[in-house]
Amino acid sequence: MQITVNGEAHDVDVEPEMPLLWVLRDELGITGPKYGCGIAQCGACTVHINGYAIRSCQLAIGDLKGREVTTIEGLGSPESLHIVQEAWIDNQVAQCGYCQSGQIMQAASFLATKPDPNDEDIDAAMSGNLCRCGTYPRIRAAVKAAAKKLQES
Amino acid sequence: MGAIGTITRRTFLIGSAAIAGGVAFGTYMAKRPIDNPLLADLKDGEAAITPYVKIDADGITIVTPRADKGQGSYSMQARLIAEELDINPATATITPGLPGPAYYNGAVMEEGVPFPSYDNSALAETARKFMSVPAKLMSMQMTGGSSTVPDAYLKMRMAGATARETLKEAAAQQAGLAREQMKTEDGHVVLPDGKRIAYTELAPAAAKIEPISEVQLRPKDQWKHLGKPTNRIDMPAKCTGTEQYGIDLAMEGMVHAAVRANPGVGADVESFDASAAVDMRGVQKVMAISNGVAVVADNTWRAWRAADAINIEWAAGPYPANTDEIFAKIESVIDDDEYRDHRQRDDGDVTAVFDDAAQERGDIFEATYKVPYLAHAPMEPMNALVLVTDTKCEVWTGTQIPLFVRDHAAEMTGLDKDNVFVYVQPMGGSFGHKLEDTHVLQAIEVAIAMKGTPVKLVWSREEDMTHDYPRPGAIAKGRGRVIDGKVDTFDLSVGQSALMSSWFGRLMGVGIPGPDATITTGSWDQPFTIPNYRVTGYRAPAMVPVSSWRSVGASGNGFFHDSLLDELIHEAGADPLAERIRLCLHEPSRKVLEKVGEISGWDGPSIGHNQGRGVAFSMSFGVPVAVVTEVTHTDAGIKIDRVFAVVDVGEVLDPINLEAQVFGGIIFGMAHAMNCETTYENHAAQQNNYHAFEGMRLYQVPLFEIEALTNASKIRGIGEPGVPPAAPSLGNAIFAATGQRIRELPFNKQIDFV
Repeated sequence: MQITVNGEAHDVDVEPEMPLLWVLRDELGITGPKYGCGIAQCGACTVHINGYAIRSCQLAIGDLKGREVTTIEGLGSPESLHIVQEAWIDNQVAQCGYCQSGQIMQAASFLATKPDPNDEDIDAAMSGNLCRCGTYPRIRAAVKAAAKKLQES
Repeated sequence: MGAIGTITRRTFLIGSAAIAGGVAFGTYMAKRPIDNPLLADLKDGEAAITPYVKIDADGITIVTPRADKGQGSYSMQARLIAEELDINPATATITPGLPGPAYYNGAVMEEGVPFPSYDNSALAETARKFMSVPAKLMSMQMTGGSSTVPDAYLKMRMAGATARETLKEAAAQQAGLAREQMKTEDGHVVLPDGKRIAYTELAPAAAKIEPISEVQLRPKDQWKHLGKPTNRIDMPAKCTGTEQYGIDLAMEGMVHAAVRANPGVGADVESFDASAAVDMRGVQKVMAISNGVAVVADNTWRAWRAADAINIEWAAGPYPANTDEIFAKIESVIDDDEYRDHRQRDDGDVTAVFDDAAQERGDIFEATYKVPYLAHAPMEPMNALVLVTDTKCEVWTGTQIPLFVRDHAAEMTGLDKDNVFVYVQPMGGSFGHKLEDTHVLQAIEVAIAMKGTPVKLVWSREEDMTHDYPRPGAIAKGRGRVIDGKVDTFDLSVGQSALMSSWFGRLMGVGIPGPDATITTGSWDQPFTIPNYRVTGYRAPAMVPVSSWRSVGASGNGFFHDSLLDELIHEAGADPLAERIRLCLHEPSRKVLEKVGEISGWDGPSIGHNQGRGVAFSMSFGVPVAVVTEVTHTDAGIKIDRVFAVVDVGEVLDPINLEAQVFGGIIFGMAHAMNCETTYENHAAQQNNYHAFEGMRLYQVPLFEIEALTNASKIRGIGEPGVPPAAPSLGNAIFAATGQRIRELPFNKQIDFV
């Protein structure tokens, strides 16, 4: 089976029902997407499929059907940050950081479709992503800051 | 600073040691040399220094022995060194190093003394100092109890200052000048003519001279890193998916293990049938382990699937089968002298107040409160990577107790402790869960059976939440009396199973004898003066094995104590904030209460139709915290609008991170108070994933306003103290908005939230 992640094609030999998350983590060694719950309750595994935020623990690799996968590693890097990542660092959002890959992927996808969100939009878009450390006030601030930057850029 | 310098010299001696191509600086324990783990690879250094800084040709390494579970403790420890050493902490290599007894935590056990933390009398201080002795003897290299900053504040700055002065001395000797003529800047010694010599160049020379032990710590007004808004060192990695947690590790030839252990925690397996699992794709091994069965496969998901395909007959769990039976036991011990564990607060004469006449007059207020068992449920589930060979055992895991892990591994493998290596990994949360090591022991069992093969064990979320050692459930009976609009009598009886004894039993093989202070921590030790004031702990039998959960005893007692106080103030007809201030006997605590009144614009609990505000106060880990919460009772339920919080940590080293810990702690406390509990049926925890243990979501999060005061006399940690007052401030606010007093957590059993 062929799978394209962050622009790079990989051959994987796995069962079609294996969740994308575990193909990424255990077969390809791409560990930015995290396992948190396995039942789409926490959002730590969020990646983009053709630009849309998807819970990779719920997508069987057989259902990917050639669509492009982007993980947090493909969004930006410490040397070349995505605007959302920059906003996350500016606002010092992360504590343990384990959920933040998913939070950032969720926010990046959301802002791509809704560049000028109001507070209710942000609440609605980001409430599927759980943070046990309680970084939420800064997630809110960072999403707003990123939206502002995206509009200016 | 002279006074601090003097105290410091008596407490620590900073030593140095030559290392290959450089020098190491660290604390030197004057009374009892302790084996030093990091000197194993040193050429000829003294065997008793505890390195916090190593400098060689490759650069500067800062050793941060306290683990980072997400609170930024690596950044903080690095900054303490950097401040005195004059380096940019971002340019140093930061490593937790290998665990060793010399990294004992002298502050973690201070909470165990029978003196409230606001008591700074000579006797109380002596008792606290004494607690560092067992911590040292028991090799208590532990992260917990909000103790990282109090423990490291002097030690690590002294190490940095000694290193700096010794490097200056080395440069001075080379240049034929005096040390006093040298300055330092950004990793360099600067000579009077402006010439800069890098520390890395000076390191070999510095190793050859006596370390300069008479050093002055920088006065606060000269701090460059401490006390200023700065960025956490781990932030870029955590925002780019490049931070490597234990669960992310991979090694050549590594296999993936899954376990299913008895959900009746601690009970055995009667029998199992793995015939459906053994032939599944990728499965390499199925084996019995303590209390369960393990599967080894070539992929985590395959291992989990195979583990689920095993049919297992479980023995019954070693405690009552369900929550009702468990709480019936807890309730039965309260006010029964046979189960009385301790009474550390007994002012006035409560017994006389509650005489028959008072009972007949009906002026005794009574209420019963209850808090549930709670799983820790950190986002990163428990995991460990273990490699066992005939000659050594290596463990990579996120842990707060690396030396216990080492000792357990040595015992299980039969290897010498010196041949067990524990590499502490950054943690995706803990909240106390990683004070336990059952998952590591399981991984070691499998790795022993597969010598030479690295085994990575990852608990599924379901395994994690049903095999936690939760925060103990507890019940408290409160009684009180008010006279002339004032709280006159406050009596609280708390029933709970012993926490420390349960935990120590797992760590050390034997429980701690004597009373279990956690039953009333956060109730007996509050800085109030009430004419008749009594708090008693009753010890329920050991049932579900329990452990420390962010803020430990205060997590439940914060709710008990402040809720009863709020009710009595209401009975008295007094203002909730004014009466707390009147009763408060501790100046820094009173100022915290006054300040929260000021920033919240407090003018009483009522703020409008269907709206209300509640104030709560709790002092834990020496930190007074006052919280005002505002709620609206909407048609869809309670909406938490705004939260105001004021804390006093004595000295603020990192204002940005402090704020994050305070709102994070309050959200943690409120989230669980809203809708989380761990209940038992047929000996098994019922909530096995986040759908049944929801917590708070972004749309429910209030606006925060936070202030930190510095009137208190000692520096304190802030990872936990935000938690205890969160639940009562919410409960008190709900009462103000609705008239409904909810005495049992979680609140959502009795009221909806938006």
